[in-house]
Amino acid sequence: MTTKVSKPIEGSFQLFEGDFTNAGKASTELRSVLKSLAVSDDAVRRAGVAAFEAEMNVIIHGVAGTLHYSVSDGELNITITDMGPGIKDIALAMQEGYSTAPEWVREMGWGAGMGLPNIKKNSDRFKIDTVVDEGTTLQITILI
Amino acid sequence: MGLVLKDVIDRLGFEIKVGGDLSKVVEGCYISDLLSDVMARSNEHELWITLQTHPNIVAVSVIKGLPAIVLPNGRSPEPATAAKAEEEHVIILSSDKTTFEIAGLLYNLLKG
Ligand SMILES: Nc1ncnc2c1ncn2[C@@H]1O[C@H](COP(=O)(O)OP(=O)(O)OP(=O)(O)O)[C@@H](O)[C@H]1O
Ligand SMILES: [Mg+2]
Repeated sequence: MTTKVSKPIEGSFQLFEGDFTNAGKASTELRSVLKSLAVSDDAVRRAGVAAFEAEMNVIIHGVAGTLHYSVSDGELNITITDMGPGIKDIALAMQEGYSTAPEWVREMGWGAGMGLPNIKKNSDRFKIDTVVDEGTTLQITILI
Repeated sequence: MGLVLKDVIDRLGFEIKVGGDLSKVVEGCYISDLLSDVMARSNEHELWITLQTHPNIVAVSVIKGLPAIVLPNGRSPEPATAAKAEEEHVIILSSDKTTFEIAGLLYNLLKG
């Protein structure tokens, strides 16, 4: 079953490095929007994982950025842009287990090097654009 | 097969740190202190046993729809974690037992 919306539902959130307290706000709001549209539990779960991992990556690696979501007929699009250091080697960053997270972040249980692979696994379309010293943009699409 | 959370709590003697709907079904547990690993591999109906006590565990539990978080070795959630769990209706349990003992007892209860 494809979700229908009369006009796109959108939202934007600001994300800041080190702001672990507000982590998850964007994915929580997004989940409740999807639930109100009776999107399948599976798609809600996949959207939650992808959005939260992307939020965390800005909070851990990305200096500052924004998450924007748009729900339209049959699909959810999430764009996460940051002005962090960028990613030198995308293939390496996509490998499960690769992480540059500092020790104190690892003590919190982040830094398993599984976030980007999780985002890829849970999205129907996924794209990374990154420029070293300028920032990173993730585009995630989940069919709903 | 599975048991309701209320029965699991009674049989394993967990302390309820943050309460909620105890009629959720438990069919196993996932053990990990790595949050992205839990997002990748935990399943609905699995308790999550972890040493992590900071607020991000609440978001992980909500997203994955886990029945409850279990803190071993007598750990307590940080105050900010407990507050967030109340808000998001996430159940947090605590046990004086080690992760090994909790998992073993749960295994016997569910599969024994
Ligand atoms: N937004 C970003 N800006 C700069 N570097 C990034 C960004 N996102 C990811 N990276 C780089 O890619 C690596 C792998 O990212 P990934 O999300 O897979 O793992 P992690 O964040 O290190 O750990 P986990 O997600 O398991 O907590 C990171 O350690 C970091 O070096
Ligand atoms: Mg990550």
